[in-house]
Formats: sequence, C-alpha cells, structure tokens
Amino acid sequence: MAYNLKQELSKPDRLAGGHRMCAGCGAPIAVRGVTRAVKEGDKLVVGCATGCLEVSTFMYPYTSWKDSFIHNAFENAGATMSGVEAAYKALKRKGKIKGEYKFIAFGGDGGTYDIGLQSLSGAMERGHDMVYVCYDNGAYMNTGIQRSSATPKFADTTTTPSGKESTGKPQGRKDLTQIIANHHIPYVAQTTFFRNFKDLHEKSEKAIYKKGAAFLNVLAPCPRGWRYPTEDIMEMCKLAVDTCFWPLYEVEDGKWKLNYIPKKKLPIADFLKPQGRFKHLFTPDNEHLIQEYQKEIDQRWEDLLALCGEKSNVVTS
Amino acid sequence: MSIRERLSGNEAIAFAMKQINPDVVAAFPITPSTEIPQYFSQYVADGQVDTEFVPVESEHSAISACVGSQAAGARTMTATSSCGLALMHEILYVAASNRLPITIAAINRALSGPININADHSDTMGSRDSGWIQIYSENNQEAYDNFIQALKIAEHKDVQLPAMVCQDGFITSHAVENIELIEDAKVKEFVGEYNPECYLLNEKQPMSIGPYDTPSYYLEHKRQQAEGMKNAKRVALEVAKEFEKISGRKYGLFEAYKLEDAEAAIVIINSTAGTAKDAVDKLRNEGKKVGLLKIRLFRPFPAEEIAKALKHVKVLAAMDKTESFSSQGGPLGAEIKAALYHEKESPTVINYIYGLGGRDVRVEDIGSVYEDLYKILATGITGETYRYLSVRDQEGK
Ligand SMILES: Cc1ncc(C[n+]2csc(CCOP(=O)(O)OP(=O)(O)O)c2C)c(N)n1
Ligand code: SF4
Ligand SMILES: [Mg+2]
Repeated sequence: MAYNLKQELSKPDRLAGGHRMCAGCGAPIAVRGVTRAVKEGDKLVVGCATGCLEVSTFMYPYTSWKDSFIHNAFENAGATMSGVEAAYKALKRKGKIKGEYKFIAFGGDGGTYDIGLQSLSGAMERGHDMVYVCYDNGAYMNTGIQRSSATPKFADTTTTPSGKESTGKPQGRKDLTQIIANHHIPYVAQTTFFRNFKDLHEKSEKAIYKKGAAFLNVLAPCPRGWRYPTEDIMEMCKLAVDTCFWPLYEVEDGKWKLNYIPKKKLPIADFLKPQGRFKHLFTPDNEHLIQEYQKEIDQRWEDLLALCGEKSNVVTS
Repeated sequence: MSIRERLSGNEAIAFAMKQINPDVVAAFPITPSTEIPQYFSQYVADGQVDTEFVPVESEHSAISACVGSQAAGARTMTATSSCGLALMHEILYVAASNRLPITIAAINRALSGPININADHSDTMGSRDSGWIQIYSENNQEAYDNFIQALKIAEHKDVQLPAMVCQDGFITSHAVENIELIEDAKVKEFVGEYNPECYLLNEKQPMSIGPYDTPSYYLEHKRQQAEGMKNAKRVALEVAKEFEKISGRKYGLFEAYKLEDAEAAIVIINSTAGTAKDAVDKLRNEGKKVGLLKIRLFRPFPAEEIAKALKHVKVLAAMDKTESFSSQGGPLGAEIKAALYHEKESPTVINYIYGLGGRDVRVEDIGSVYEDLYKILATGITGETYRYLSVRDQEGK
C-alpha cells in the first residue's frame, strides 16, 4: 500500500500526549514517526537512554508509553535492549511467549555518539534483532545544552561558548551514521522530518522489519538549544537536508544509497542563519568561518556521493 | 544420591549454573572469574542448557544486559571480578532499585591500582551498599551451595533483590577440591520456574520500568527496598532449611566455630576461615579458649544474631581483607563494632587488615592474631585497634 501521511496519523499513537517535553521538541516527533511503522498487532518494547526524552515521558507514577518501556542509564540503552532481546529469544524458545515483539531503543546524541557508543557498537556488532534510534539534537540538552561530538562546528553551547577568544565549538561533527554503517549490519539510515515524513516512515519500517540489528539516525531539532522559532521545525529540517548538512541516505545490506539529492544545494549559511547558536558567525570578522564550514560540508557531501555511487554535483561558487 | 566430584570453585559455579539452566547469561572475561563464562558457553555450544548467552563487550554492558533481560522476565546471571564489578557499579544500584533478582558469581580479586589479579575483598566490599544481597563462601562446596540458594532468596516475593555469591579468586576459584553435587532434578525442583509478577514481555500487561523519580516518592521507594533487604535475612534461613532437605548440609546466617565458650575470637570472611579454623584447632589443643565466626550473609548484615554470638567473647579480631581508608579499619570491622555497640558488655575489638592483593595468610599468621588477643587479655592494654597483619615495615625488604 502506498504511503499516506493522513492515514498514518490516524493510527493510535504509541507515545501518549501529556508528556513534559518542550513544545515543538523534535524528540517525540521522532518517536511517533518511528513507532508508527510498527504494525498495529505487533508488540513493542521501547528502551531509552537518560536524556530529555526519558525524564519527560516517564516520571513516576506516570508513563507516556503504552508499550512496555525500560530506562536503565545514560550510556547503556544498546546493552539493555540486547538483554531484553536475548530474554525474548530464550522465553520464546521455551514457549513462554507466543506473540511477535519488536525492540526499539532511543538515545539522544549524547547517549549515543558519546557515552553510549561502546554499548551501541556492541549491540550492533552482536546483531541483536533490534533498532537503535538516535534522536540527534546536537547537544546534551537535558543538562543544559553542553556540546557533544554531534554538535555542529562553531555552535555556541554552554561548554563551547562563543566569546572574545572563542568562536564556539572548534571541532566538526563525528559521523556516527557512517561509523555504524561500517559495522556491516543489515540496515543503517539517516533521516529527519522531511516533507510528508515518507522518508522517516519507510526507513523505520525497514529498520524494524529487517532481521538483525538496525540503526537510524534522526535529526531531531531542539528549539531551545538551537534557538530558532519553535514553529519552524519543518523548515529547519528542510534546510539541514537542502544544505547537505544532513543528507538523507541508507545503507541496506552493504549497499549505500542517497535517498534525496537537492536540486539546488543551498549554502550552509542558510541553515546556520536562523539559529541563535550560530549568531556569532554572522559578523563581518567571521565570514571566513562560514566559508570554512562550507568547505567541510562540501567535502563530506562529495565523499558521501562517492560512497553512494553518485556523480559529484558540488558547484563551487 | 548426591554426586561426588572434584571441582574448582569456578567449575562448581558453572556446574550450578548448568543445573539451574537460566534463561540468559551475559558475561565478559576477567581473571579469575573468566572460566565461568567459558565453561558455560561450552554448555550452550553442546546443547546442555537452552540459555541465551550474550558475549557482551564489557562488564558495564554485561550488567546492563542483565537488567534488560531480568526486567523482560528472564532468569539472568553473570560472573565477574575486581575491575569488572567496579565497572558495573553504577548499574548494580539500578538492578537493585528496580528489584531485579539477578545473580552474580563474584570471584573476589583486588581492585586496581596497582593492577593485581589475586584475591582480596576490595571489589565486593566496594559494592556492599549497592542494594545487593551478598553471600560469602569459604570453599568450592559453599560456593556451589550458596549459588543455588542465592537465586531462591533473591527471587522470593518478599525480597526481590539481586544477589552476589562471593568466593576468593584462585584460592578457591581455581583450587580443585572434593565436592558433593546435588542431582540435577533436585536442583531444578529446588529453584523452580522464574515467574515474576510484572515484566516487560508480559503479553497481557505492558510495564514501564526505570522511571525518573521525584523527591515525593524516592524516599518511600528506598524504604521499600530496605524492607526487601531486611526480609532477606528471614528468607535466607527458610531457604537454608529447604536446602538442607535436598543436600543434608546446614547453613545459617554465619558459621560459629568453637565460639560458645571462646574468650578470644576472630571474625573472618571467605577462604581464610579455613586457615583460621586450623589455627583454632591448634590452640584448642593447647587448651586455649579460642573460636571463630565466619560471615556468610554480609548483606543484609545479621547484626543482632552476630552480636548475640559474640558478646561473651573478651577480645575479638575483625579481619578485613580490604582497606577502606577510613584510617580506623575496614568495612567488616565497622559492621562488627556497630553490631556490638548496643551490648552492655562487649568484647574489645581489634580490626586487622590482611591478605591484600593475594598476600598469603598462613596458620601461623592467624596464630599471631590470637597471640595478640591474648596479650591484650593478659595486660589489659588494648593498644592500636587498627592493625596490619604480617606486613613489612617497608616494601621490598
Ligand atoms: C553516567 C552519567 N553521566 C552523566 C549524566 C548526566 N546526564 C543526563 S542526560 C545528559 C545529557 C543527555 O544528552 P543527550 O543524550 O544528547 O539527550 P538530550 O537530553 O539532548 O535529549 C547528561 C549529561 C548521567 N545521567 N549519567
Ligand atoms: S530542551 Fe530541547 S530536546 Fe529537551 S525537551 Fe526541550 S526542546 Fe526537546
Ligand atoms: Mg542531545
């Protein structure tokens, strides 16, 4: 059946409203987008690393999760879900469970790129039949917007503040999607909220229903940390994609595929400009930094095109 | 009919695990507990168990996977030592507060640094306040017996707490000794099925576990957890009674050895108790009224019962195979002194630190402790209450 957003939205949500995430937060959008791809009859266990999503959706004695849910700690969502999945295998074998279960772990960029990288890597390498979803908002938001290795270059965070001697985070982003792709697991994809959510939906469906370990990296903007008007979330995602800051691609059974090539690749400044965290870049003194940024984006895009067997389309202006 | 065998402590634990046939084992190698997951994965490979074995990439992930698995409704175990247990530290608390009766075979080894692979109790003593039941074992037989009893105590509905069963690295984990094993069917019947009330994979009722807990509830939750730990003492005795029926072996909260009329006694944990019993026998032959109390349950700490067993003793040595750097002794010393505090008449307590990093302790070393105690008895002069046993004044001499 062809994808239809309206129809998808009419399905019952697996994450109930009334949680305590900020208005316009990308994380619950990611959760709903991913979990909508779980078939209605299938059961689900959700795991979550410590972070904004976890503390806001499961505050004792209330839970927003209609399916079984487990939070263990900040750095171990991968290992925790490995254990749940192993238990499922064992109990199923012993005839103690009849139904079909799916396993999805959510972690923020901090819990995934940084402190939880080992746990994630282990879970992926062992090939547990689970999906790990990183909702990447580019900083440790829950503890007050500190830098992570997913924080974009030059972002002003509370541990990489811009100042007289600083232009924000000096380092570029770690490319986690490619790191996990190099685990040679059945399915890895990078996606975000784009147009009618078809990209997110289809990738989630593949990730969930393909046997073995799968990884989704979902750019999930945080209006507080990025400092853009809350209602502009879809525009932020579109700019991230059209500037090639956040390319949409997947690696399925070792085959790299770009899912979207912008007709007109926009300059990175278009993505940076609306965000307060890059404000310091837009002074006459710092123009060269934006150029430097553009170079890095272009190089990474070129590399990705090559990996996906596409021709170079970078126009240097 | 029980089965007579010759097994090391690690083999005994692996064998118990095989008989229990848990749903999930997640483990990571570290000396001296490595053999346990090795033996166990061979059982899996040979189809002797139908356990899911998860060869994780660290001990942090081992215990994290155990938490996920046990919460999912599966009986789950692991084994570790030293740095491995230290790496688990954060998640030990999560396991206990989520009331997940996971079992750890803890093979005692010194903590780094300097790195050292031999036995002392710094590892498990470091996790004594994590909310885990701790049971200590003198030899391979006790390790085996305690392991089988541990999960039954842990899973009891009035307890629901994880348990670690401890024994000394190499000294008992690797030494092959005679052992009496219980028949498979009896062990299986004794431990029964694990059927938790609430679990993630309950098809009829989903569950959320591991909430963010506010100050409005956290205190009550900790209190409930403490109640579970209190109950573990009673349950341990009930389980011991049942265990005696299938094994013929008696277990209590601790072992009192020639303690009834003792005027000088020592309190000790794990394998050195064996050495110390020899010292006691020797001194008894010389007509000295000496005795010994060997800790079995350290968490919960059976303070009342221990105080009752010790209050008539005149001088007492609490033997700690770990430092706590409090500058006044080790954790066992602190517990023993606290237990005796409410007694009207109680022994003078000397706290010895001994055997760190696997330093050998001989019968003569323990003999010298009793000698010290008798000196105090004779002179009435207590002297330093925080002492090191058989230590050189300077390293390398
Ligand atoms: C071991 C450990 N270190 C630090 C913390 C504190 N902490 C909790 S959440 C968090 C940041 C989470 O960042 P991320 O994973 O990006 O999720 P977000 O809050 O951005 O959604 C930190 C540093 C913790 N809970 N545990
Ligand atoms: S701080 Fe950001 S990530 Fe956290 S709930 Fe608010 S919008 Fe979402
Ligand atoms: Mg984040």
